Amino acid sequence: MLSFILRRLLIIIPMALLVVTMTWVLIRAAPGNFYSSEKTLPPAIEANIRRKYGLDKPWYQQYLIMMGNVVQGDFGSSLKYQGESVNDIIWRHLPYSATIGFLAYLVALIVGLFAGIVAALKQNSMFDYGSMATAMLGLSVPNFVLGPILVLVFALGLYWLPPARWGGPSSLVLPVLTLSAIYMAYIARLTRAGMLEVMRSDYIRTARAKGLNEMTVLLKHALRGGIVPVVSFTGPALASLLAGTVVVEKVFAIPGLGNIFIQAVLNRDEPLILGIVAFLSILIMIFNLLVDIAYGVLDPRIRYE
Amino acid sequence: MVEKTEQIKGTSLWRDAWRRLLKNRLAVFGMIVLALMILLVAIGPIVIRLTTGITADYVPSQVDEGDLVRSFPPSLKHPMGTDEAGRDLFARVLQGGRISLMVGLISTLVSLLVGVSYGAIAGYLGGRIDNIMMRIVDMIYAIPYILIVIVLLSIFGGPNTPAFIASLSETFGGAGNQGLSQIFLLFFSLGLISWLTMARVVRGQILSLKNEEFVLAAKALGVSTFGIIFRHLVPNALGPVIVYATLTVPSIMLSEAFLSFLGMGVQAPYASWGSLAADGIKNISIFPWQLIFPGVTMALTLFSLNFLGDGLRDALDPQTRKF
Amino acid sequence: MNSNGTILSVTDLRTYFHTEDGIVKAVDGISFELKKGETLGIVGESGSGKSVTNLSVMRLIPEPPGKIVAGDIIFDGTDVRALPIDDVRKIRGKRMAMIFQDPMTSLNPFLKISTQLMEVTRLHLGHTKKQAYEHAINMLQTVGIPEAHERIDNYPHEFSGGMRQRVMIAMALSCDPELLIADEPTTALDVTIQAQILELIKDLKKRMGTSVILITHDLGVVAGMTDKIIVMYAGKVFEQAPTRELFATPANPYTKGLLKSVPDPAHEQGKELYQIPGLPPDVAHLPPGCPFAERCYRVEEICRTDFPPFVQVNEGHHSLCHFAEEVYAESNAVQADSGSNPVGGANDG
Repeated sequence: MLSFILRRLLIIIPMALLVVTMTWVLIRAAPGNFYSSEKTLPPAIEANIRRKYGLDKPWYQQYLIMMGNVVQGDFGSSLKYQGESVNDIIWRHLPYSATIGFLAYLVALIVGLFAGIVAALKQNSMFDYGSMATAMLGLSVPNFVLGPILVLVFALGLYWLPPARWGGPSSLVLPVLTLSAIYMAYIARLTRAGMLEVMRSDYIRTARAKGLNEMTVLLKHALRGGIVPVVSFTGPALASLLAGTVVVEKVFAIPGLGNIFIQAVLNRDEPLILGIVAFLSILIMIFNLLVDIAYGVLDPRIRYE
Repeated sequence: MVEKTEQIKGTSLWRDAWRRLLKNRLAVFGMIVLALMILLVAIGPIVIRLTTGITADYVPSQVDEGDLVRSFPPSLKHPMGTDEAGRDLFARVLQGGRISLMVGLISTLVSLLVGVSYGAIAGYLGGRIDNIMMRIVDMIYAIPYILIVIVLLSIFGGPNTPAFIASLSETFGGAGNQGLSQIFLLFFSLGLISWLTMARVVRGQILSLKNEEFVLAAKALGVSTFGIIFRHLVPNALGPVIVYATLTVPSIMLSEAFLSFLGMGVQAPYASWGSLAADGIKNISIFPWQLIFPGVTMALTLFSLNFLGDGLRDALDPQTRKF
Repeated sequence: MNSNGTILSVTDLRTYFHTEDGIVKAVDGISFELKKGETLGIVGESGSGKSVTNLSVMRLIPEPPGKIVAGDIIFDGTDVRALPIDDVRKIRGKRMAMIFQDPMTSLNPFLKISTQLMEVTRLHLGHTKKQAYEHAINMLQTVGIPEAHERIDNYPHEFSGGMRQRVMIAMALSCDPELLIADEPTTALDVTIQAQILELIKDLKKRMGTSVILITHDLGVVAGMTDKIIVMYAGKVFEQAPTRELFATPANPYTKGLLKSVPDPAHEQGKELYQIPGLPPDVAHLPPGCPFAERCYRVEEICRTDFPPFVQVNEGHHSLCHFAEEVYAESNAVQADSGSNPVGGANDG
């Protein structure tokens, strides 16, 4: 187990460097430059800029210099936000996105698991139909539509909550709800399907034949197997939280990493893009590793060697 | 509990699935709504134009050059109200529906083509090739897809538009229609980032199928590797592929809406439900209908697609309900 | 305690399932009685309703879609069908235990064997953790698991199929139940393991005095183990007789067919194994007459139109057939002819 974790941790670094390379190739493959969007520059100035950023060197030298710095954890400074280091920008904006993302997943997990379990136990009941229809709605309403509607109702209509910006805990409610909706829906559906599958299995019949009450059957025997699909969903979910936070950050005017990333992409701010991509890919791989470890803890049949 | 000996024959499998699908009320609801939506989107704009003379670009006569407010609430003449520029929102929603549905359809086809081939080849060849191919998939997963789409759009946009996309947009919108070819480019770009999960699904299917006897029989008969993969294995993995494709359509439509929301998707004068809703958000507190109508239309369509996908999964795969 | 020594008596049990195909009468009017210490064999093909009968006795029918619509299930003087489910739970696992067909899926893969064994005795016998652990080790030793001390904290996947079935048996017998229902306990196992498991059940039954219901589709399994046998078909009892008599002089064409299809290594080498023609009927759409008519070698017009009577042909020997007496007579004649071979040649060709 320990060597498995160690091996997986070690492989993260070359994988992240590969991702950085692919991203670099993608950026360089696109026509144009970070300075070219404004207007056509006089050749002398353009040559100056190219020299300043090392763009006059052959591409493989540029690549090697970039990689050399990246390996040391140095992504250089942003082209757009002059003089600010990429690392500083990431660390300054990350807390906002991380808070919203983490809270959203937590809320989604709690509500989704509860709704899914109850729906499975009371299959074909009003609760089942109601919660599953709501979940389907959650999957079908784009979050940039849901967010403004929530604002319209709870902030502008009822004045319960602030409509936007980063403030006290009450300012977190709407962004977190907006972001969590789709994950809540997914988790509820996965949990319900997983629980139904497990509740039909032979070992649940055995547990009932032992005379255990339904609560024990559910909590002690069914739950573990039932939430395995939720665990495997967590990896991709955390990865896709980024796209979700972009919308939420935009709708609620929150200075998070998602918006910074989109801006960086639009500005072709190469160092910043590479920094964020590297950071995110490492994060995603760590989460995937955690998911695999959770698998092993959950299911004794899985052994990592 | 009831042990049944079921005889499964080639054709009756599909007929059975169809029968089960028709018994699923929600799936039938989804199918009906979708059919209506397609019909409405296809002939709606023409009917509106012929009966009232209103088109998606039509600006009502009561609007003057200098008017500051051109947004009108829903009325008999404009059932969904008008947008910021005073254009009839109903006509625009129908027009936008064409593009949104096309995005879902074409991009899914593209992702199907790439994902099925990639997954089938990886699964069938197995071993080191499979390993490398799947690690590549993992890696692409780790790159935010928005970056890939933007790069694809900018590499192949403008003068670099691939010939087949240019000819497609020529067929539909006349020569040199840059906006339309940008939309077609968007279709392909979205397709090209949505095949990853499909590849995994297909690979899993192929892995479990490739040691079956019918594959051995085909091998013994000297069928080529290509033939085994695409004529023998892929048709047998069709069930999960169809199910997953049905669920890919709404997710791609959401991606398109997301890109349009960020201003990177469908550009004016063209519109999609996503871009219309994104426009509506700006004025949500004063002209809420500008968000609500396109948003609800889109949600209803996605809702139906999801129900249909769910129903198909239950119908094609009644034993294992996994996702 | 019942004076007549009956542990379980089932009368006119009917368990139906509501499916999209209509109502499936999985069990339709089953009656039988089991005396203390007796072993009853229930034989039938897949879908004959033998498992549903016993799940009904345990009140384990998933509801919906299933429902026990009629009948009495009297377990040691208590009407199980009328009990509130909480009281049924006090009987399940304690006085009435069950072993299932597939040991690979019947144990919870996520929990240690010890956890699964201990929870029964802690629940029903009020054992402390320590007592339950000791008892679990004892039970594992009883069912012949070597190094029970070490194996007890293993997970199910660390055991072979036969060993898992032993664990299932240990679990079922933990509270020393009065009735053990074994639902095809050997079907999923290798042939050599099958014999061991059957021997184990036989042995434990003798030592603990448990009454046993043994469900199987294999007549060979019940031959050496049971006192009497019920043959089920399409949710009905087709024949009921003491084991010896059923094998010697069957009074039902279906039983005869089953007996003929038991492979007999000592006999008629090279001859193709007999197989009853056709498939079991769809229980959701039964014809008005005898459900076996389409597959029967001596079918007559009346079989297709009228439901057959349940005829007593001998003491404790009943058969559901329009021609029960005739079939019984044929069997007796063959029996007198050949002496030892129970499977007559009357229906050959």
